[in-house]
Amino acid sequence: MEHIEVPVVRNILQANERLAASNRRRFQEAGIFVINLMSSPGAGKTSLLEKTIDGLAGQLRMAVIEGDIQSSHDAERIRTKGIQAVQINTEGGCHLDANMIQIAAESLDLENLDVLIIENVGNLVCPAEFDLGEHDKVMILSVTEGDDKPLKYPLMFQLSSVLVINKVDLLPYIDCDVQVIRERTRQLNGNQEIFEVSCRSGVGMDSWLEWLKKRAQRVKDQLSRRGEA
Amino acid sequence: MHELSIAQSLLEIVLEESRKHGMTKVRVIRLQVGELAAVVPDSLLFCFEMISENTAACGAIIEIETVPVVARCSQCQLLFQVENHVFVCPECQVPVMELVSGRDLSVMSVEGEREESDGAH
Repeated sequence: MEHIEVPVVRNILQANERLAASNRRRFQEAGIFVINLMSSPGAGKTSLLEKTIDGLAGQLRMAVIEGDIQSSHDAERIRTKGIQAVQINTEGGCHLDANMIQIAAESLDLENLDVLIIENVGNLVCPAEFDLGEHDKVMILSVTEGDDKPLKYPLMFQLSSVLVINKVDLLPYIDCDVQVIRERTRQLNGNQEIFEVSCRSGVGMDSWLEWLKKRAQRVKDQLSRRGEA
Repeated sequence: MHELSIAQSLLEIVLEESRKHGMTKVRVIRLQVGELAAVVPDSLLFCFEMISENTAACGAIIEIETVPVVARCSQCQLLFQVENHVFVCPECQVPVMELVSGRDLSVMSVEGEREESDGAH
């Protein structure tokens, strides 16, 4: 027997990253703006989706991929809005990966789509680690979760280009300071867009929808520029 | 919890590399894990132990080297170590997005035994 040591230097997540890159190419070629929506359970991912679908009805063609550990409850909530929704059940898995998105995307009509929102499994840790091929990571923090969350889950705040602070209508009743959230996330990610909203009352939704429309337009513009080149 | 999927990818890489080099038994696996990677080492070790049973990597020791978070300022190009998750350039005070290291999750080397080949190399 001979004892050897071989250098490897390989990224453990390379398989996922390759698939994510292929998803991204596919979405880019179809001119679809893709969001990976993440938060803890109950922060309001599905509610934000419902309000967003209503707010963009007739302006942008949307579809949703719903990731949940169990049940198709969320996909059914979305389907009642009359848009394409695919459910992924991770059967215990705490996050979505690029392979699941590739498979789910097969059942969507990508040619007739402007925006695809992927609702990740409710969890502030694991989903941050897996690239799905999205353009932007968007996270929701509801004020009832507390203003200490950026300190406890730095990776998710660091990677998300947008932070939606939800349930601001409850601020008078709880000890959560939005300025503290802003201060703490600014240190992690100074370029992050922050929207303060209440999905329940509808306050703040306009600036979020404007941002989404602008980003979707940018993806279309990139596509047409490539077509001309 | 996602440590299980990471352990699975790790095992695939380790077995592929050990086969490629004719290794029959893997003894040590060296990893680099960034401080910002959302990976709990104990959980990763536990998952790996569980899934590597009955493979050439069963019983292998996993050594983890922690990689500090280093960022580069887009304005003054300064490379600096990020402490307490403050992603702000200490010189220009501007927010910094470019990470040089800190999210690493890599297999650096695999050590083990292979059968002596007939011809001496």
